[in-house]
Amino acid sequence: MEPIIIEGTSKTPSIRFDSKEGVFEIKGRSIPENSVEFYKPLNEWLDVYMQSPLEKTSVNIRLEYFNTSSSKCILDVFKRLESIHRSKHDVEINWFYEEDDEDMLEAGEDYDSIIKVPFKMIEIVE
Amino acid sequence: MSFDLDNLISDHNPGDAIFYFKGNIDSDIINNVLDSVEFKLITINEHPRLRKKVYNVLVESLQNLYHHADHVPVGFKVGNQEKYGIILMDKNIEGYRITTCNFISNFRVNELESKIDRINKSSVEEIKELYKDVLNHQEVTDKGLGGLGLIDIARKTGNKLDYKFTRFDDAYSAFCLSALINEE
Repeated sequence: MEPIIIEGTSKTPSIRFDSKEGVFEIKGRSIPENSVEFYKPLNEWLDVYMQSPLEKTSVNIRLEYFNTSSSKCILDVFKRLESIHRSKHDVEINWFYEEDDEDMLEAGEDYDSIIKVPFKMIEIVE
Repeated sequence: MSFDLDNLISDHNPGDAIFYFKGNIDSDIINNVLDSVEFKLITINEHPRLRKKVYNVLVESLQNLYHHADHVPVGFKVGNQEKYGIILMDKNIEGYRITTCNFISNFRVNELESKIDRINKSSVEEIKELYKDVLNHQEVTDKGLGGLGLIDIARKTGNKLDYKFTRFDDAYSAFCLSALINEE
């Protein structure tokens, strides 16, 4: 599978989904008006990856801002990861949040309570 | 006197205006508002935690306006504008306030009012659970809209949503929504 690498913009995050390393990263701002349009190719890529995932998949989410429309799309990404985890493969989600950003920490905790995949909350200290 | 959306927000206690816009709401305008407000908050050295909260609430307020404003009523003379609205951000002694006004079809008023009232009657914990429930269970539209915007604004601000509907004609009303983000 070809990796997906997308440069970030002021409204969309940088993306690096690499099936050879089993490392997926979403970083920056995710506040587009139409999130489905942005996340659809990522979820389609994951649909293929899910068919023969690596033994271990690591996911790093380092978001500064995300809108509620993105939150639904990110949940769709996590549901695919949950499916991989259910098929007896290691999946780990690292949720990064900036020091003092309680809203971002709470957002990670929301996902942690919905998705049955090990979540690690990692505070970024400036 | 002709119908003017400005009149609907004139009864607010005026604070120091940070941003004001009246006109057609499109993606470029949203970008401009976000860039401009972020620059101002950085310039005045606002605390990062409050700055992020204000920015988050602004994003949701603007995107609510962008996605949910109905077309301008025929009888409202503003030229050839598809989605007309007002964006006002000001600061008073309580904190930052973000106000948006737009037109909405009258048949949507009751549903929207019920939704806001439900949020306003909920406790902090209930809003958190409502957010998670809607996030996990409500179907999204093809644009990714899932009914979370107002819940998110209420959750992030910790305040009641201040709103007003003003009837324009038999088909449309003006809808104004204010969110207050308290200073810490």
